Amino acid sequence: MTVPLDIGRDDTYTASRGAGPPMERVALVDLLDRLLAGGVVVSGDLVISIAGVDLVQVSLRALITTIREEILPATLEEEL
Amino acid sequence: MSTNGTHTTATTAPAAGGGPGTGPGERAEHGAGRGAGAETAVYLYGVARDLPPAALGETTGVGGAAVRRVSAAGLTALVSTVRLDQYGEEALRANLEDLRFLEDTARAHHDVVDLAARAAPTAPVRIATLYRDDDRVAAVLAERHEQFTQALDAITGRSEWGVKAYAHAEAYDSAPTDPEAEPGSGSAGDGGTGGGGVGTAYLRQRQAQRRRQQDATRHITAQAEAVHAELATHAAASRSHPPQDPRLSGHAGTLILNTAYLVDDEQVPGFLAVTAELDGRLTGIEVQVTGPWPAYSFIDTADTGGPRNAS
Repeated sequence: MTVPLDIGRDDTYTASRGAGPPMERVALVDLLDRLLAGGVVVSGDLVISIAGVDLVQVSLRALITTIREEILPATLEEEL
Repeated sequence: MSTNGTHTTATTAPAAGGGPGTGPGERAEHGAGRGAGAETAVYLYGVARDLPPAALGETTGVGGAAVRRVSAAGLTALVSTVRLDQYGEEALRANLEDLRFLEDTARAHHDVVDLAARAAPTAPVRIATLYRDDDRVAAVLAERHEQFTQALDAITGRSEWGVKAYAHAEAYDSAPTDPEAEPGSGSAGDGGTGGGGVGTAYLRQRQAQRRRQQDATRHITAQAEAVHAELATHAAASRSHPPQDPRLSGHAGTLILNTAYLVDDEQVPGFLAVTAELDGRLTGIEVQVTGPWPAYSFIDTADTGGPRNAS
């Protein structure tokens, strides 16, 4: 696939649109929120782990950290 | 996959539990084909119950392979064949560091689960769960029947909705100010009681500013709690996700709520109405809804050891 990355693209319902057609394209951040947190955990046949830690989790977290570092230098940490 | 490419493996649960090497000779030729060029495995997306035959259509999954179903023990697994040189342990280790690969996999995984979830109760399975062949998947459906059934029972007739609330500058401005925090009530300026002059005035000003910020933050936090409390009355369950980095979401404002709600089908209109109402009512607070999602955030099975709290 050669779609440009659109990590935060918000093709979401506005609150007023209500239930209707499916979301067209979910924002990757929202999807990763869920893929990191959810799903039935059953052990597969192929063991994919580093020292008992799920490799998928590790990679997702590493990836998110990477994107953060790439997208913005560490500026404006806490604006509050 | 060399033989009977699009077959549906309607395996009934093997009583023996599908231990390797115990099956009939044809076993190895079944499902993910062995010896058909590249080594393959079977990728499991999710498990559905009462999935209509036409629900999946011509959907393709990760790597563009056709999605098929494996049925056993009254459950239907959604699977597709993947190549081990892409999804084997070694390959995954490298590929999952590649954002493009990860995004493609995440989206393909989601598309399959989402399609099924719109047609029947579907429990998503953790991303990148792989089996040797379809028979192993059928065996897992039987072995884990209880776990899947529990997961499905919890989400049947419900869907997941994501709600994010952002606070914009106006929300902070609208925060009620503590009168004591007002700088120099009365006669501040110079030569007050302490007589500290410029330095004292500066410090006092800083202190007041800090207090105003604390008040604003407290006000915003209260707003977020109010939003959640109102939504929760329309939801069967909720689960908060960690705040998203604004650099990732690309969204302006401060994310003050990022929570998934499990909503009964008949509650959905009411739930959405509340989000719209809150969005309009609260000054400077933007309420954004996504959904319906497959119930990713509400799968709680014995294996996961209870609901994991996203910090």
